[in-house]
Amino acid sequence: MDRVPVLALGDVLLVSIQVDLEDQLALALQEDLSDRIVSTGAHGVIIDITALDIVDSFVGRMLATIAAVSKVLDAETVVVGMRPAVAITLVELGLPLRGIRTALNVELGLKLLRQTRLQPFAESPADGRGGPADDAPAALDVS
Amino acid sequence: MINAEPSGPAQAQQISGDDDVVRVRQLVRAAAVATRLSLVDQTKLVTAASELARNTLVHGGGGRAEVQQVTNGRRNGLRVRFVDEGPGIPDVDRAFADGYSTGGGLGLGLSGSRRLMDEFELITEVGVGTSVTAVKWER
Amino acid sequence: MDAETGARLAAVMVARRDAVLEKWTGAVRETMRGRLTKTELTRQLEDIYDALAAAFGAGALTAESPAAADLLGLIADLSRLRARHGFTATETAVSVFALKDALLDELDDSNATRLHDFVEFSLFVDKLGLHTFETYVNARDAVITEQSEQLLELSTPVVKLWDGVVAVPLIGTLDSARSQVVMERLLQMLVDTGSPFAILDITGVPAVDTQVAQHILKTVMAAQLMGAQCIISGIRPQIAQTIVSLGIEFGEIVTKANLSDALQYALRSSGVEIARPVTRSAL
Repeated sequence: MDRVPVLALGDVLLVSIQVDLEDQLALALQEDLSDRIVSTGAHGVIIDITALDIVDSFVGRMLATIAAVSKVLDAETVVVGMRPAVAITLVELGLPLRGIRTALNVELGLKLLRQTRLQPFAESPADGRGGPADDAPAALDVS
Repeated sequence: MINAEPSGPAQAQQISGDDDVVRVRQLVRAAAVATRLSLVDQTKLVTAASELARNTLVHGGGGRAEVQQVTNGRRNGLRVRFVDEGPGIPDVDRAFADGYSTGGGLGLGLSGSRRLMDEFELITEVGVGTSVTAVKWER
Repeated sequence: MDAETGARLAAVMVARRDAVLEKWTGAVRETMRGRLTKTELTRQLEDIYDALAAAFGAGALTAESPAAADLLGLIADLSRLRARHGFTATETAVSVFALKDALLDELDDSNATRLHDFVEFSLFVDKLGLHTFETYVNARDAVITEQSEQLLELSTPVVKLWDGVVAVPLIGTLDSARSQVVMERLLQMLVDTGSPFAILDITGVPAVDTQVAQHILKTVMAAQLMGAQCIISGIRPQIAQTIVSLGIEFGEIVTKANLSDALQYALRSSGVEIARPVTRSAL
């Protein structure tokens, strides 16, 4: 059985979905990704769906599952390359894809992952902390 | 009743496993490309077909898909039909409500597909089976 | 029309070809006012004349007969050509109707069936004239559709304002069809330029109805799904009131009063700071 290839790009794993995914292949992909995250210590996953001309609820569920499992393994997931026709259809279909972050392409996806790593507390404004930068000591004035 | 007369040959696909769902998508995709549907409309059509094919497999225990070009006298379109001899749907209203699911998924198959298509007809009888017919018209 | 009449008409048309054609061409040329050369016109009418005579000779009883198929084809071609070149529907139909007068003079006075034959001929030609109208209208519709599409392309430019920021300034009335096209182009442009920000400026749009507002909403949501943000700028007070009164939830969508505010927002969100250079004071 063919498996979807997973590439390592530094700290990030890149998956490019090129084919019509069915149950077996999707399950295999989820397992492969989890294994690779743990074995490489990756902190980011980028799923490239540029080649997908449709995204139905099955694919939506798969993406959500991958994002959730990766999160538990301390890796953020970004889905990139969604086609306009697919996005329009998903809006009409009513599939919000909540909990899944997206970017226009791999480059922007990597940028998003970097930003997330730098501001891990960005999503909890309640405690008012900005992140690691806040802990830097004030500049000393030596004159 | 959907006002649509066949204007081309019907193509069928058995649905008994999940590679059949892929085959249904390929069949509908090819048929859609042969019409004058816009890219967005083609995407909606194939997506709806994928949802309905999966429903037939998961909830209907397998069945049959049919694709055919149709016309209503003024416009041409593509009709898809999914038939199964499964358990039928006991509560149709609930099945159409967003979020309803017995398959452990998002369960948006029916209501979502209806939104994507121009015409939509569901006939179901408990213990007998279900048939879903939907049409996408050219603009 | 019966076969005998048809045969008689065919005979007359063949026997009097030159004279009738001369009269017919002359009458049509007057209405053309020099927009067509004599050679072109003569050739067009000759072809139709001969096809008509042939149709009668072949037993065509009405304009819808299979024997008249070639003739109808020629008429349709003539009509389409005239439509493309800007002639009016009347001018085109008159070209056909003028044949009646031309033939009348040539019908044999001594023949008792003269009136009868002419009436039959007249009815036949009337049908041809109607056919001209039909084809003409369809051809014009096709031209109009083509031009609308071209206009749509021209009137919805997508401009790059900055690295990662594109803008679509919309001008004019937005109908459902147009807004759909614009939205699809906007989304495609996001992909093509890799711009995480799109500004949809509707300063130039006088009014927005529910359908259009919903198209805009759907586009913003689709852009978000794709990983980009759509900012709407230039919402006039009247449009804002319409949106609220229609009960449309604009929710988390960012709206700005004008294009420059929207650009500032986009730049800031992408981490771009614009600073004035500090001028040193003379020491």
